[in-house]
Amino acid sequence: VNVLMQKSDTPEGRARPLTLYGVEPGSRLLLGTAQYPSPQVLARAVEASGAGIVTVSLRRERPRAQEGQRFLELVRGLGVRVMPNTAGCRTPKEAIATAEMARELFETGWVKLEVIANDDTLQPDLFGLVEAATALAKDGFEVFPYTTEDLSTAERLLAAGCEVLMPWGAPIGTGRGLANPYALRTMRNYFPGVPLIIDAGIGAPSHAAAAMEMGYDGVLLNTAVAKAGDPVRMAAAFRAAIEAGRTAYQAGLIETRDMASPSTPLAGTPFFDLERRK
Amino acid sequence: MARTLAELLAEAGYGDVKVATARNGVFVAAKLRAETVLEHGDLIEIVAPRAGG
Repeated sequence: VNVLMQKSDTPEGRARPLTLYGVEPGSRLLLGTAQYPSPQVLARAVEASGAGIVTVSLRRERPRAQEGQRFLELVRGLGVRVMPNTAGCRTPKEAIATAEMARELFETGWVKLEVIANDDTLQPDLFGLVEAATALAKDGFEVFPYTTEDLSTAERLLAAGCEVLMPWGAPIGTGRGLANPYALRTMRNYFPGVPLIIDAGIGAPSHAAAAMEMGYDGVLLNTAVAKAGDPVRMAAAFRAAIEAGRTAYQAGLIETRDMASPSTPLAGTPFFDLERRK
Repeated sequence: MARTLAELLAEAGYGDVKVATARNGVFVAAKLRAETVLEHGDLIEIVAPRAGG
C-alpha cells in the first residue's frame, strides 16, 4: 500500500474514515488499560471513551496465578481490538521477543513498538526502533512505532514497512500535552497521507483537541484518564474533545493574524464619522 | 530435574496457565517447548497478559 499517495489534506481526505492496516477502528481515541483504580472502572472508562482499540502488555507470571487469564477475559469482554506494547524494552532483541510473545498470547500481529533509550525521558531509541521495526515487519507484524517528530526516522520507519506512525506529544506520563507543536505540525504536513497518531504525554482533553485540530489522525493516551479523579467522566471528556478537534479540522480553521480585525462590519457603523468632523 | 522447557513449566506449576516463553532473550513458541532442551544457566522468561499503556 502506498500510503503517501492517499492524501488526507483534501476535502475528500478529511472526510475519509481512519484506517489502520486495513482496519477502521471506529474511534480516533486509543486508550491504555493500565493504572485504573479497578478492573470495573477500566471497563466503564473504555466504554465511555468510545475507543475501538486498547493497548495491553506482557509481564512475568507467577505459577498458578492465572492473573493473565483474568485480564485477558476482562479485555475480551470489552469488545475492542487490542494492541500489545513492548513497554520497558531497551533493545531491539527484547522488543522483538516481546512482540513475538504478545502475538502468541493476544493472537494479533499488531504491536505498539517501544524501544526505550533513557529512564528519565522514556524517549524512544530511534536507531533501535528502526532496527526492530524492520525485523518485525519482515516477520509479518503490523507495527505501530512509538517515535519522535524526527522526519528522517519517520522516513526509515515507513521504508521498513510501517503504515502508521505514533510520534510522542510529550514524554510518557508527563501530561504536558504537545511539547513541540511546530515539529508536530511539520510532521503532519510532511506526511499528508500517513496515519499519524499522537502517543504519550497527553494530560488534558484540550491537548487531544489541539492534536486533532492540527490534523493528526488519532490520539493514544492512558494516564490522563486512568489517574483522573473520575476516570469514566474523563474518558467521556476526551471522547468529546477528540471529536470536536476532528470536526474542527474537517471544517477548516481560520488563519491566525497579528493585528486585530473587527468581526462586526464597519459599513454603516453609527456615529462613525462624528469624531472625525470635529 | 526438567529436561525441556515444557517439563520445566509443568514442574514449576504453570501446567494450565496460559503463558508465553522466551529462552535467553529469544522467543520460544508454545509448540516448540517440548523439543526445547534446557542447558545449565539458561534464562527463561514466562509472561502473561497484563494492562499496558
